Amino acid sequence: MVFLTRVEHFNAAHKLYNPDWDKEKNEEIFGRCANENWHGHNYELFVTVKAEPDGGTGFVIDAKKLSDIIKDRVIEKVDHKNLNVDVEWMNGKICSTENFVVAIWEALLPALPSAVQLHSIKLYETPRIFVEYFGK
Amino acid sequence: MSRVSIFRREHFNAAHRLFNPSWDDAKNQLVFGKCSNPNYHGHNYDLEVKITGETDPETGYVTDLKKLSNLIKDQVLSKFDHKNLNLDTPYFRHTNPTAENIAIVIYGILRSEIDSGLELKIRLYETERNFVEYPAGEGS
Repeated sequence: MVFLTRVEHFNAAHKLYNPDWDKEKNEEIFGRCANENWHGHNYELFVTVKAEPDGGTGFVIDAKKLSDIIKDRVIEKVDHKNLNVDVEWMNGKICSTENFVVAIWEALLPALPSAVQLHSIKLYETPRIFVEYFGK
Repeated sequence: MSRVSIFRREHFNAAHRLFNPSWDDAKNQLVFGKCSNPNYHGHNYDLEVKITGETDPETGYVTDLKKLSNLIKDQVLSKFDHKNLNLDTPYFRHTNPTAENIAIVIYGILRSEIDSGLELKIRLYETERNFVEYPAGEGS
């Protein structure tokens, strides 16, 4: 079994805000991340799939095809967007990187060919803060 | 004494939108593309402040980098970090917050706070692949 990872990037605005709380509580819990006018990040997305390399190609998956799938199912929906306002799969969710990575997993999983398994998604919100999700 | 350039690197995370209010939506979309999303998008900006001058014979410093860091945090980061550049700052009410204009604004903020005998240059990374420098060329 070999792991293959494709890295993509996107730039987006978001805020951390719980609509059930008042402004004071949001600011107390989320600090500056609760700015009502949003702030933003350059996100780095690492998608790792696994399979036995194909006997004919030597590939786990054609990395260009994986890139096209990620761009079609994820990047186009989130790049240069406002995650709280523009992204349907974040509706009703608090826009933390944790919730976001789970939503990305759910968006990507059905689009992958059956020959590979989605192993993990790692999402960098900043160079110093990242999350990882393994599907459970 | 020697002439040396020193650098301080800081970062801030901000939302922005590129658009010209004199243009209609179609023209803004044509010129700025995805960057004109009316709901904003954002970046982790990396800021490099370059100061060039003679080393002080008593301290060996061109300038105290800790003081420079505090200055950048007080005068720049406090205004831009975790903010919406178009909505939350006075600098971009009538100026498009392109990386170019942000660098010019940051230069303007810091220039008056730094000894006039020292040269100042700002490099601003909007992404890893897109960055600007002001003033352009050699020197400041």
